[in-house]
Amino acid sequence: MKTGGKVFKYKDNVDTDVIIPARYLNTPDAKELALHCMEDIDAGFVKNVKPGDIIVAGWNFGCGSSREHAPLVIKTCGTGCVIAKSFARIFYRNAINIGLPILECPEAADEIGAGDDVSVDFDTGIITDSTTGKTYTAQPFPPFIQNIIEKGGLLASLKD
Amino acid sequence: MGMTMTQKILAAHAGLDKVSAGQLISAKLDIVLGNDITTPVAVNEFNKAGFKDIFDRDRVAIVLDHFVPNKDIKAAEQSKTCREFACSHCISHFYDVGKMGIEHALLPEQGVVTAGDCIIGADSHTCTYGALGAFSTGVGSTDMAAGMATGKAWFKVPSAIKFNLTGSLAPNCSGKDVILTVIGMIGVDGALYKSMEFTGDGVSSLSMDDRLCICNMAIEAGAKNGIFPVDDVALSYLDGRSERKPVIYEADGDAEYEKVIDIDLSEIVPTVSCPHLPENTRPASELSDIKIDQVVIGSCTNGRMEDMQTAYKILKGKKVAGGVRCIIIPATMNILRECVERGYYTAFIDAGAVVSTPTCGPCLGGYMGILASGERCIATTNRNFVGRMGHVNSEVYLASPATAAASALTGYITEWKDA
Repeated sequence: MKTGGKVFKYKDNVDTDVIIPARYLNTPDAKELALHCMEDIDAGFVKNVKPGDIIVAGWNFGCGSSREHAPLVIKTCGTGCVIAKSFARIFYRNAINIGLPILECPEAADEIGAGDDVSVDFDTGIITDSTTGKTYTAQPFPPFIQNIIEKGGLLASLKD
Repeated sequence: MGMTMTQKILAAHAGLDKVSAGQLISAKLDIVLGNDITTPVAVNEFNKAGFKDIFDRDRVAIVLDHFVPNKDIKAAEQSKTCREFACSHCISHFYDVGKMGIEHALLPEQGVVTAGDCIIGADSHTCTYGALGAFSTGVGSTDMAAGMATGKAWFKVPSAIKFNLTGSLAPNCSGKDVILTVIGMIGVDGALYKSMEFTGDGVSSLSMDDRLCICNMAIEAGAKNGIFPVDDVALSYLDGRSERKPVIYEADGDAEYEKVIDIDLSEIVPTVSCPHLPENTRPASELSDIKIDQVVIGSCTNGRMEDMQTAYKILKGKKVAGGVRCIIIPATMNILRECVERGYYTAFIDAGAVVSTPTCGPCLGGYMGILASGERCIATTNRNFVGRMGHVNSEVYLASPATAAASALTGYITEWKDA
Protein backbone atom coordinates (compact mmCIF):
# COMPACT_ATOMS: atom_id res chain seq x y z
CA MET A 1 0.00 0.00 0.00
CA LYS A 2 1.29 3.44 -0.96
CA THR A 3 0.20 7.04 -0.84
CA GLY A 4 1.68 10.29 -2.07
CA GLY A 5 0.96 13.98 -2.40
CA LYS A 6 1.58 17.44 -1.10
CA VAL A 7 2.45 18.07 2.55
CA PHE A 8 0.38 20.13 4.99
CA LYS A 9 2.60 20.90 7.96
CA TYR A 10 1.52 21.63 11.55
CA LYS A 11 3.21 22.08 14.93
CA ASP A 12 3.18 20.10 18.20
CA ASN A 13 0.01 19.22 20.15
CA VAL A 14 -2.51 19.49 17.30
CA ASP A 15 -5.64 18.74 19.35
CA THR A 16 -8.90 17.10 18.33
CA ASP A 17 -10.77 20.37 18.97
CA VAL A 18 -8.94 22.03 16.08
CA ILE A 19 -9.09 18.90 13.89
CA ILE A 20 -12.89 18.94 14.25
CA PRO A 21 -14.42 21.57 16.57
CA ALA A 22 -17.10 20.24 18.93
CA ARG A 23 -19.60 22.80 17.67
CA TYR A 24 -20.00 20.59 14.59
CA LEU A 25 -20.35 17.30 16.49
CA ASN A 26 -24.13 17.37 16.39
CA THR A 27 -23.96 14.98 13.46
CA PRO A 28 -22.21 11.63 12.98
CA ASP A 29 -22.12 12.16 9.17
CA ALA A 30 -18.49 11.95 8.06
CA LYS A 31 -18.92 13.94 4.83
CA GLU A 32 -20.68 16.80 6.59
CA LEU A 33 -18.10 16.82 9.39
CA ALA A 34 -15.20 16.73 6.92
CA LEU A 35 -16.18 20.18 5.58
CA HIS A 36 -14.74 21.58 8.84
CA CYS A 37 -11.54 19.54 9.10
CA MET A 38 -8.65 21.59 10.61
CA GLU A 39 -10.85 24.70 10.32
CA ASP A 40 -9.63 26.42 13.50
CA ILE A 41 -5.91 26.24 12.65
CA ASP A 42 -5.95 26.12 8.84
CA ALA A 43 -9.09 27.47 7.23
CA GLY A 44 -7.69 26.64 3.76
CA PHE A 45 -7.07 22.94 4.42
CA VAL A 46 -10.38 21.54 3.20
CA LYS A 47 -10.28 23.66 0.06
CA ASN A 48 -6.71 22.73 -0.84
CA VAL A 49 -6.29 19.08 0.22
CA LYS A 50 -6.26 16.49 -2.57
CA PRO A 51 -6.53 12.70 -2.36
CA GLY A 52 -3.25 11.20 -1.17
CA ASP A 53 -1.94 14.40 0.44
CA ILE A 54 -0.05 14.04 3.69
CA ILE A 55 -0.28 15.79 7.07
CA VAL A 56 3.08 16.17 8.83
CA ALA A 57 3.11 17.36 12.45
CA GLY A 58 5.12 17.44 15.68
CA TRP A 59 4.68 15.74 19.03
CA ASN A 60 1.39 14.51 20.52
CA PHE A 61 -0.78 14.79 17.39
CA GLY A 62 -4.48 14.31 18.15
CA CYS A 63 -4.37 15.12 21.86
CA GLY A 64 -7.57 15.88 23.74
CA SER A 65 -10.98 14.39 23.16
CA SER A 66 -11.65 10.75 22.29
CA ARG A 67 -13.81 11.78 19.35
CA GLU A 68 -13.31 9.29 16.53
CA HIS A 69 -14.67 12.04 14.32
CA ALA A 70 -11.10 13.45 14.29
CA PRO A 71 -9.29 10.69 12.34
CA LEU A 72 -12.51 10.14 10.39
CA VAL A 73 -12.60 13.69 8.97
CA ILE A 74 -8.90 13.57 8.11
CA LYS A 75 -9.50 10.32 6.21
CA THR A 76 -12.74 11.54 4.61
CA CYS A 77 -10.96 14.64 3.24
CA GLY A 78 -8.79 12.26 1.25
CA THR A 79 -5.64 12.60 3.35
CA GLY A 80 -3.46 9.59 2.61
CA CYS A 81 -1.42 9.52 5.78
CA VAL A 82 -0.45 11.45 8.92
CA ILE A 83 3.24 11.51 9.85
CA ALA A 84 4.03 12.88 13.32
CA LYS A 85 6.75 12.80 15.94
CA SER A 86 4.23 11.10 18.24
CA PHE A 87 0.48 10.57 18.55
CA ALA A 88 -1.86 10.94 21.51
CA ARG A 89 -2.92 7.44 22.48
CA ILE A 90 -6.68 7.59 21.86
CA PHE A 91 -6.13 9.20 18.44
CA TYR A 92 -3.57 6.51 17.59
CA ARG A 93 -6.03 3.78 18.53
CA ASN A 94 -8.92 5.42 16.70
CA ALA A 95 -6.86 5.94 13.53
CA ILE A 96 -6.00 2.23 13.42
CA ASN A 97 -9.58 1.24 14.21
CA ILE A 98 -11.02 3.25 11.32
CA GLY A 99 -8.17 2.60 8.87
CA LEU A 100 -6.38 5.96 8.67
CA PRO A 101 -2.68 5.21 8.07
CA ILE A 102 -0.40 6.97 10.56
CA LEU A 103 3.36 6.85 11.01
CA GLU A 104 5.63 7.96 13.84
CA CYS A 105 8.88 9.37 12.50
CA PRO A 106 10.45 12.31 14.40
CA GLU A 107 13.20 12.88 11.84
CA ALA A 108 10.80 13.06 8.89
CA ALA A 109 8.44 15.26 10.89
CA ASP A 110 11.30 17.66 11.59
CA GLU A 111 12.76 17.89 8.12
CA ILE A 112 9.86 17.60 5.68
CA GLY A 113 8.58 21.04 4.71
CA ALA A 114 5.11 22.37 3.95
CA GLY A 115 4.25 21.87 0.30
CA ASP A 116 6.90 19.17 -0.29
CA ASP A 117 5.99 16.24 -2.53
CA VAL A 118 6.15 13.15 -0.36
CA SER A 119 5.33 9.48 -0.90
CA VAL A 120 4.94 6.73 1.68
CA ASP A 121 5.29 2.97 1.28
CA PHE A 122 3.42 1.39 4.19
CA ASP A 123 4.85 -2.08 3.60
CA THR A 124 8.41 -0.92 4.15
CA GLY A 125 7.73 2.21 6.24
CA ILE A 126 9.86 4.23 3.82
CA ILE A 127 8.96 7.90 3.45
CA THR A 128 10.40 9.69 0.38
CA ASP A 129 10.53 13.47 0.07
CA SER A 130 11.03 14.02 -3.66
CA THR A 131 11.33 17.79 -3.16
CA THR A 132 14.49 17.38 -1.08
CA GLY A 133 15.48 13.91 -2.28
CA LYS A 134 15.67 12.58 1.27
CA THR A 135 14.23 9.31 2.55
CA TYR A 136 13.25 8.24 6.07
CA THR A 137 12.23 4.94 7.65
CA ALA A 138 9.30 4.95 10.08
CA GLN A 139 8.71 2.47 12.87
CA PRO A 140 6.63 -0.43 11.50
CA PHE A 141 3.42 -1.41 13.37
CA PRO A 142 3.57 -4.43 15.67
CA PRO A 143 2.05 -7.54 13.96
CA PHE A 144 -1.08 -7.38 16.14
CA ILE A 145 -1.91 -3.90 14.83
CA GLN A 146 -0.79 -4.77 11.29
CA ASN A 147 -3.43 -7.50 11.39
CA ILE A 148 -6.20 -5.03 12.33
CA ILE A 149 -5.17 -2.74 9.47
CA GLU A 150 -4.93 -5.59 6.97
CA LYS A 151 -8.41 -6.81 7.92
CA GLY A 152 -9.78 -3.32 7.26
CA GLY A 153 -10.26 -2.07 10.82
CA LEU A 154 -11.08 -3.40 14.27
CA LEU A 155 -14.63 -4.61 13.67
CA ALA A 156 -13.69 -6.44 10.49
CA SER A 157 -10.79 -8.08 12.33
CA LEU A 158 -13.15 -9.34 15.06
CA LYS A 159 -15.18 -11.32 12.57
CA ASP A 160 -12.50 -13.98 12.05
CA MET B 1 9.78 -7.65 39.12
CA GLY B 2 6.28 -6.98 40.44
CA MET B 3 3.31 -5.27 38.85
CA THR B 4 1.83 -1.80 39.23
CA MET B 5 -1.76 -1.45 40.45
CA THR B 6 -2.94 -0.91 36.85
CA GLN B 7 -1.03 -3.95 35.60
CA LYS B 8 -2.61 -6.12 38.33
CA ILE B 9 -6.13 -5.12 37.31
CA LEU B 10 -5.32 -5.74 33.64
CA ALA B 11 -3.73 -9.14 34.38
CA ALA B 12 -6.81 -10.22 36.34
CA HIS B 13 -9.14 -9.17 33.53
CA ALA B 14 -6.99 -10.90 30.91
CA GLY B 15 -6.96 -14.12 32.94
CA LEU B 16 -3.19 -13.97 33.32
CA ASP B 17 -1.02 -14.34 36.42
CA LYS B 18 1.35 -11.69 35.22
CA VAL B 19 1.59 -8.97 32.58
CA SER B 20 4.39 -6.57 31.83
CA ALA B 21 4.67 -3.17 30.17
CA GLY B 22 4.35 -3.31 26.38
CA GLN B 23 2.50 -6.62 26.30
CA LEU B 24 -0.65 -6.76 24.14
CA ILE B 25 -3.59 -8.34 25.93
CA SER B 26 -7.31 -8.90 25.50
CA ALA B 27 -9.16 -7.97 28.68
CA LYS B 28 -12.72 -8.52 29.91
CA LEU B 29 -14.67 -5.32 30.45
CA ASP B 30 -16.85 -4.52 33.45
CA ILE B 31 -18.44 -1.41 31.95
CA VAL B 32 -18.57 0.02 28.42
CA LEU B 33 -19.65 3.67 28.29
CA GLY B 34 -20.78 6.12 25.64
CA ASN B 35 -22.38 9.58 25.44
CA ASP B 36 -24.67 11.42 23.03
CA ILE B 37 -21.78 12.41 20.71
CA THR B 38 -19.81 9.17 20.58
CA THR B 39 -22.62 6.61 20.86
CA PRO B 40 -24.31 7.43 17.51
CA VAL B 41 -21.02 6.71 15.71
CA ALA B 42 -20.65 3.49 17.71
CA VAL B 43 -24.23 2.47 16.90
CA ASN B 44 -23.54 2.95 13.17
CA GLU B 45 -20.40 0.81 13.44
CA PHE B 46 -22.18 -1.83 15.55
CA ASN B 47 -24.99 -2.15 13.01
CA LYS B 48 -22.69 -1.93 9.97
CA ALA B 49 -20.60 -4.81 11.33
CA GLY B 50 -23.76 -6.88 11.63
CA PHE B 51 -23.76 -7.36 15.41
CA LYS B 52 -27.18 -8.26 16.78
CA ASP B 53 -26.76 -8.28 20.56
CA ILE B 54 -24.77 -6.48 23.22
CA PHE B 55 -22.71 -8.66 25.57
CA ASP B 56 -24.56 -7.71 28.76
CA ARG B 57 -27.44 -5.25 29.19
CA ASP B 58 -26.22 -4.32 32.69
CA ARG B 59 -22.63 -3.60 31.60
CA VAL B 60 -23.25 -0.96 28.94
CA ALA B 61 -23.88 2.61 30.10
CA ILE B 62 -25.16 5.35 27.80
CA VAL B 63 -25.38 8.87 29.19
CA LEU B 64 -26.84 11.80 27.27
CA ASP B 65 -24.84 14.73 28.61
CA HIS B 66 -22.96 16.74 26.00
CA PHE B 67 -25.77 18.52 24.17
CA VAL B 68 -28.86 17.84 26.33
CA PRO B 69 -31.52 19.05 26.82
CA ASN B 70 -31.03 18.96 23.05
CA LYS B 71 -29.37 22.13 21.80
CA ASP B 72 -30.66 21.85 18.22
CA ILE B 73 -32.37 19.54 15.78
CA LYS B 74 -29.22 17.61 14.88
CA ALA B 75 -28.38 17.06 18.54
CA ALA B 76 -31.96 15.85 19.04
CA GLU B 77 -31.44 13.29 16.28
CA GLN B 78 -28.27 12.04 17.98
CA SER B 79 -30.09 11.68 21.30
CA LYS B 80 -32.85 9.81 19.50
CA THR B 81 -30.34 7.36 18.01
CA CYS B 82 -28.96 6.68 21.52
CA ARG B 83 -32.44 6.34 23.04
CA GLU B 84 -33.63 3.89 20.40
CA PHE B 85 -30.49 1.77 20.70
CA ALA B 86 -30.72 1.72 24.52
CA CYS B 87 -34.38 0.80 24.34
CA SER B 88 -33.99 -1.95 21.73
CA HIS B 89 -31.15 -3.57 23.71
CA CYS B 90 -32.86 -3.06 27.12
CA ILE B 91 -29.78 -1.23 28.44
CA SER B 92 -30.31 -0.80 32.18
CA HIS B 93 -27.86 2.09 32.63
CA PHE B 94 -29.36 4.52 30.14
CA TYR B 95 -29.58 8.07 31.46
CA ASP B 96 -31.86 10.50 29.67
CA VAL B 97 -32.93 14.05 30.57
CA GLY B 98 -34.33 14.16 34.11
CA LYS B 99 -32.11 11.31 35.20
CA MET B 100 -28.87 12.16 33.50
CA GLY B 101 -25.80 13.90 34.80
CA ILE B 102 -22.35 14.51 33.38
CA GLU B 103 -21.20 10.93 32.83
CA HIS B 104 -18.04 11.00 34.95
CA ALA B 105 -19.83 12.53 37.92
CA LEU B 106 -22.89 10.33 37.43
CA LEU B 107 -21.46 6.81 37.15
CA PRO B 108 -19.43 6.95 40.40
CA GLU B 109 -22.35 8.65 42.20
CA GLN B 110 -24.77 5.95 41.05
CA GLY B 111 -22.39 3.12 41.94
CA VAL B 112 -22.22 1.87 38.34
CA VAL B 113 -18.40 1.77 38.48
CA THR B 114 -16.37 0.39 41.35
CA ALA B 115 -12.93 -0.57 42.64
CA GLY B 116 -11.12 -3.23 40.63
CA ASP B 117 -13.17 -2.67 37.47
CA CYS B 118 -11.78 -2.63 33.94
CA ILE B 119 -13.70 0.08 32.08
CA ILE B 120 -13.63 1.67 28.63
CA GLY B 121 -15.62 4.73 27.68
CA ALA B 122 -16.00 6.57 24.41
CA ASP B 123 -15.07 9.79 26.17
CA SER B 124 -11.52 10.80 26.96
CA HIS B 125 -12.30 11.68 30.59
CA THR B 126 -13.31 8.08 31.35
CA CYS B 127 -9.98 7.97 33.21
CA THR B 128 -11.89 9.65 36.12
CA TYR B 129 -12.87 6.31 37.70
CA GLY B 130 -9.27 5.55 38.60
CA ALA B 131 -10.10 7.53 41.74
CA LEU B 132 -12.14 4.51 42.87
CA GLY B 133 -9.26 2.12 42.26
CA ALA B 134 -10.45 0.98 38.82
CA PHE B 135 -8.58 0.72 35.51
CA SER B 136 -10.53 3.05 33.31
CA THR B 137 -9.59 4.62 30.00
CA GLY B 138 -11.00 6.61 27.12
CA VAL B 139 -11.41 5.07 23.66
CA GLY B 140 -13.19 5.91 20.42
CA SER B 141 -16.57 4.88 19.08
CA THR B 142 -15.32 1.81 17.20
CA ASP B 143 -13.77 0.45 20.40
CA MET B 144 -17.06 1.16 22.14
CA ALA B 145 -18.94 -0.78 19.44
CA ALA B 146 -16.52 -3.72 19.72
CA GLY B 147 -16.72 -3.59 23.52
CA MET B 148 -20.51 -3.60 23.49
CA ALA B 149 -20.52 -6.59 21.15
CA THR B 150 -17.81 -8.72 22.75
CA GLY B 151 -17.34 -7.46 26.33
CA LYS B 152 -13.63 -7.28 25.60
CA ALA B 153 -10.99 -4.82 24.45
CA TRP B 154 -7.33 -5.02 23.47
CA PHE B 155 -4.78 -3.07 25.44
CA LYS B 156 -1.08 -2.49 25.38
CA VAL B 157 -0.08 -2.88 29.04
CA PRO B 158 1.18 0.55 30.14
CA SER B 159 4.27 1.43 32.10
CA ALA B 160 3.73 3.87 34.95
CA ILE B 161 4.84 7.05 36.63
CA LYS B 162 4.43 7.03 40.40
CA PHE B 163 3.39 10.25 42.14
CA ASN B 164 4.31 10.04 45.78
CA LEU B 165 2.04 12.46 47.64
CA THR B 166 2.92 13.78 51.09
CA GLY B 167 1.46 16.47 53.37
CA SER B 168 -1.97 18.03 52.94
CA LEU B 169 -3.47 20.87 50.91
CA ALA B 170 -3.86 24.48 52.05
CA PRO B 171 -7.53 25.47 52.62
CA ASN B 172 -7.67 27.46 49.37
CA CYS B 173 -6.41 24.53 47.27
CA SER B 174 -8.13 21.42 45.96
CA GLY B 175 -7.56 18.45 43.67
CA LYS B 176 -7.70 20.78 40.65
CA ASP B 177 -4.63 22.68 41.82
CA VAL B 178 -2.82 19.35 42.30
CA ILE B 179 -3.50 18.05 38.81
CA LEU B 180 -2.83 21.41 37.10
CA THR B 181 0.49 21.58 38.97
CA VAL B 182 1.36 18.04 37.87
CA ILE B 183 0.48 18.77 34.22
CA GLY B 184 2.56 21.95 34.43
CA MET B 185 5.48 19.83 35.66
CA ILE B 186 5.35 16.98 33.16
CA GLY B 187 3.60 18.58 30.15
CA VAL B 188 0.62 17.59 28.02
CA ASP B 189 2.41 14.46 26.80
CA GLY B 190 4.43 13.86 29.97
CA ALA B 191 2.58 10.62 30.69
CA LEU B 192 1.81 9.61 27.09
CA TYR B 193 0.61 5.96 26.95
CA LYS B 194 1.44 5.56 30.66
CA SER B 195 -0.42 5.11 33.96
CA MET B 196 -0.25 7.87 36.55
CA GLU B 197 -0.32 6.06 39.89
CA PHE B 198 -0.94 8.33 42.88
CA THR B 199 0.23 6.98 46.20
CA GLY B 200 1.84 8.01 49.50
CA ASP B 201 0.82 9.31 52.92
CA GLY B 202 -0.80 12.39 51.40
CA VAL B 203 -3.54 10.37 49.67
CA SER B 204 -5.62 9.99 52.85
CA SER B 205 -5.99 13.77 53.14
CA LEU B 206 -7.64 14.01 49.70
CA SER B 207 -11.43 13.72 49.45
CA MET B 208 -13.09 11.54 46.82
CA ASP B 209 -14.07 14.68 44.88
CA ASP B 210 -10.39 15.74 44.88
CA ARG B 211 -9.31 12.31 43.64
CA LEU B 212 -12.01 12.16 40.94
CA CYS B 213 -10.85 15.59 39.71
CA ILE B 214 -7.18 14.53 39.70
CA CYS B 215 -7.80 11.30 37.75
CA ASN B 216 -10.21 13.12 35.42
CA MET B 217 -7.37 15.22 34.01
CA ALA B 218 -4.80 12.40 33.68
CA ILE B 219 -5.64 12.43 29.95
CA GLU B 220 -4.50 16.06 29.83
CA ALA B 221 -0.98 14.75 30.52
CA GLY B 222 -1.49 12.17 27.75
CA ALA B 223 -1.94 9.30 30.23
CA LYS B 224 -3.79 6.08 29.54
CA ASN B 225 -5.18 6.13 33.08
CA GLY B 226 -4.79 7.69 36.49
CA ILE B 227 -5.32 5.59 39.61
CA PHE B 228 -5.52 5.89 43.40
CA PRO B 229 -5.18 3.14 45.99
CA VAL B 230 -8.39 1.93 47.63
CA ASP B 231 -8.26 3.24 51.20
CA ASP B 232 -10.89 3.86 53.89
CA VAL B 233 -11.99 7.10 52.20
CA ALA B 234 -12.67 5.20 48.95
CA LEU B 235 -14.33 2.27 50.70
CA SER B 236 -16.68 4.48 52.67
CA TYR B 237 -17.60 6.29 49.41
CA LEU B 238 -18.34 2.96 47.71
CA ASP B 239 -20.22 1.52 50.69
CA GLY B 240 -23.96 1.36 50.02
CA ARG B 241 -23.44 2.86 46.58
CA SER B 242 -21.55 0.31 44.54
CA GLU B 243 -23.81 -2.10 42.60
CA ARG B 244 -21.08 -4.72 42.53
CA LYS B 245 -18.61 -5.78 45.20
CA PRO B 246 -15.45 -3.66 45.09
CA VAL B 247 -12.26 -5.62 44.45
CA ILE B 248 -9.07 -4.19 45.89
CA TYR B 249 -5.79 -4.40 43.97
CA GLU B 250 -2.52 -3.07 45.31
CA ALA B 251 0.75 -2.37 43.52
CA ASP B 252 3.52 -4.84 44.37
CA GLY B 253 6.29 -3.51 46.57
CA ASP B 254 8.79 -4.17 43.79
CA ALA B 255 6.65 -2.81 40.95
CA GLU B 256 8.64 -1.04 38.27
CA TYR B 257 8.02 2.66 37.60
CA GLU B 258 9.56 4.72 34.82
CA LYS B 259 9.80 7.64 37.18
CA VAL B 260 8.87 8.55 40.74
CA ILE B 261 7.79 12.14 41.34
CA ASP B 262 7.46 13.44 44.89
CA ILE B 263 4.75 16.01 45.52
CA ASP B 264 4.34 17.80 48.84
CA LEU B 265 0.67 18.78 48.86
CA SER B 266 1.34 21.54 51.39
CA GLU B 267 3.48 23.33 48.79
CA ILE B 268 0.72 23.43 46.15
CA VAL B 269 -0.67 26.91 45.47
CA PRO B 270 -3.86 27.96 43.62
CA THR B 271 -2.88 27.27 40.01
CA VAL B 272 -4.23 28.40 36.64
CA SER B 273 -3.58 26.98 33.14
CA CYS B 274 -3.24 29.81 30.65
CA PRO B 275 -4.24 29.54 26.97
CA HIS B 276 -3.92 27.39 24.92
CA LEU B 277 -2.56 24.28 26.65
CA PRO B 278 -3.24 22.80 30.10
CA GLU B 279 0.54 22.67 30.71
CA ASN B 280 0.85 26.49 30.62
CA THR B 281 0.42 26.81 34.37
CA ARG B 282 1.02 29.85 36.56
CA PRO B 283 0.17 30.62 40.19
CA ALA B 284 -3.21 32.42 40.27
CA SER B 285 -1.56 35.16 42.33
CA GLU B 286 0.59 36.16 39.32
CA LEU B 287 -2.39 36.64 37.00
CA SER B 288 -4.32 39.36 38.84
CA ASP B 289 -4.18 41.71 35.85
CA ILE B 290 -6.07 39.28 33.60
CA LYS B 291 -9.59 40.62 33.09
CA ILE B 292 -12.36 38.08 32.47
CA ASP B 293 -15.76 38.17 30.77
CA GLN B 294 -17.14 34.84 31.90
CA VAL B 295 -16.83 32.27 34.67
CA VAL B 296 -17.89 28.62 34.31
CA ILE B 297 -18.08 26.41 37.40
CA GLY B 298 -19.03 22.87 36.45
CA SER B 299 -18.02 19.99 34.11
CA CYS B 300 -16.90 16.39 34.69
CA THR B 301 -13.79 17.87 36.30
CA ASN B 302 -15.38 20.20 38.87
CA GLY B 303 -19.17 20.00 38.98
CA ARG B 304 -19.38 17.86 42.13
CA MET B 305 -20.88 18.69 45.53
CA GLU B 306 -17.64 19.92 47.11
CA ASP B 307 -17.14 22.21 44.13
CA MET B 308 -20.64 23.65 44.59
CA GLN B 309 -19.95 24.04 48.32
CA THR B 310 -16.75 25.98 47.60
CA ALA B 311 -18.56 28.23 45.11
CA TYR B 312 -21.30 28.85 47.69
CA LYS B 313 -18.83 29.69 50.43
CA ILE B 314 -17.24 32.36 48.23
CA LEU B 315 -20.30 33.76 46.43
CA LYS B 316 -22.95 33.82 49.22
CA GLY B 317 -23.96 37.34 50.16
CA LYS B 318 -21.68 38.81 47.47
CA LYS B 319 -22.23 40.03 43.91
CA VAL B 320 -20.65 38.86 40.66
CA ALA B 321 -18.63 41.78 39.23
CA GLY B 322 -20.31 43.98 36.63
CA GLY B 323 -19.67 42.81 33.08
CA VAL B 324 -19.00 39.21 34.16
CA ARG B 325 -21.31 36.29 33.29
CA CYS B 326 -21.08 33.56 35.93
CA ILE B 327 -22.47 30.16 34.89
CA ILE B 328 -22.77 27.38 37.47
CA ILE B 329 -23.57 23.84 36.36
CA PRO B 330 -24.09 21.14 38.99
CA ALA B 331 -22.95 17.91 37.35
CA THR B 332 -25.83 15.59 38.25
CA MET B 333 -29.50 15.85 39.18
CA ASN B 334 -28.68 14.74 42.75
CA ILE B 335 -26.09 17.49 43.07
CA LEU B 336 -28.55 20.00 41.63
CA ARG B 337 -31.21 18.88 44.12
CA GLU B 338 -28.75 19.19 46.98
CA CYS B 339 -27.84 22.70 45.83
CA VAL B 340 -31.55 23.57 46.03
CA GLU B 341 -32.01 21.93 49.44
CA ARG B 342 -28.95 23.53 50.98
CA GLY B 343 -29.88 26.99 49.71
CA TYR B 344 -26.93 27.21 47.33
CA TYR B 345 -29.19 27.68 44.32
CA THR B 346 -30.80 30.81 45.78
CA ALA B 347 -27.45 32.16 46.93
CA PHE B 348 -26.00 31.72 43.42
CA ILE B 349 -28.94 33.58 41.86
CA ASP B 350 -28.75 36.33 44.48
CA ALA B 351 -25.06 36.74 43.66
CA GLY B 352 -26.00 37.30 40.01
CA ALA B 353 -24.97 33.88 38.65
CA VAL B 354 -27.06 31.58 36.46
CA VAL B 355 -27.54 27.92 37.30
CA SER B 356 -28.08 25.30 34.60
CA THR B 357 -29.29 21.72 34.66
CA PRO B 358 -26.41 19.23 34.17
CA THR B 359 -24.65 19.43 30.81
CA CYS B 360 -21.12 19.39 29.37
CA GLY B 361 -22.34 22.36 27.25
CA PRO B 362 -19.79 25.18 27.47
CA CYS B 363 -16.72 23.04 28.32
CA LEU B 364 -16.44 21.83 24.73
CA GLY B 365 -17.96 24.89 23.09
CA GLY B 366 -21.29 23.16 22.58
CA TYR B 367 -23.77 25.65 24.05
CA MET B 368 -24.74 27.34 27.36
CA GLY B 369 -21.90 29.86 27.43
CA ILE B 370 -20.11 30.18 24.09
CA LEU B 371 -17.44 32.90 23.88
CA ALA B 372 -17.26 35.65 21.25
CA SER B 373 -14.04 36.78 19.59
CA GLY B 374 -11.63 38.33 22.08
CA GLU B 375 -13.58 37.14 25.14
CA ARG B 376 -11.91 35.49 28.09
CA CYS B 377 -13.29 32.88 30.48
CA ILE B 378 -11.97 31.37 33.69
CA ALA B 379 -13.41 27.87 33.92
CA THR B 380 -13.20 24.84 36.17
CA THR B 381 -13.26 22.71 33.02
CA ASN B 382 -10.40 20.62 31.61
CA ARG B 383 -9.19 22.00 28.26
CA ASN B 384 -8.15 25.42 27.05
CA PHE B 385 -7.29 24.61 23.43
CA VAL B 386 -7.80 27.13 20.61
CA GLY B 387 -11.55 27.60 20.09
CA ARG B 388 -12.46 25.14 22.83
CA MET B 389 -15.26 27.29 24.31
CA GLY B 390 -16.22 29.25 21.21
CA HIS B 391 -14.53 31.67 18.83
CA VAL B 392 -10.94 30.84 17.78
CA ASN B 393 -9.87 34.21 19.20
CA SER B 394 -11.42 33.56 22.63
CA GLU B 395 -9.41 32.37 25.63
CA VAL B 396 -9.99 29.86 28.42
CA TYR B 397 -8.08 29.85 31.72
CA LEU B 398 -8.43 26.62 33.70
CA ALA B 399 -8.70 26.86 37.48
CA SER B 400 -10.25 25.42 40.64
CA PRO B 401 -13.80 26.28 41.77
CA ALA B 402 -12.31 28.52 44.51
CA THR B 403 -10.20 30.53 42.06
CA ALA B 404 -13.07 30.71 39.54
CA ALA B 405 -15.60 31.89 42.15
CA ALA B 406 -13.18 34.44 43.63
CA SER B 407 -12.50 35.73 40.10
CA ALA B 408 -16.25 36.08 39.45
CA LEU B 409 -16.44 38.61 42.30
CA THR B 410 -13.57 40.80 41.10
CA GLY B 411 -13.73 40.41 37.33
CA TYR B 412 -10.02 39.56 37.30
CA ILE B 413 -8.20 36.28 37.95
CA THR B 414 -8.07 36.18 41.72
CA GLU B 415 -6.50 33.86 44.24
CA TRP B 416 -9.01 33.10 46.96
CA LYS B 417 -7.72 33.71 50.45
CA ASP B 418 -9.70 31.55 52.86
CA ALA B 419 -11.10 33.94 55.49
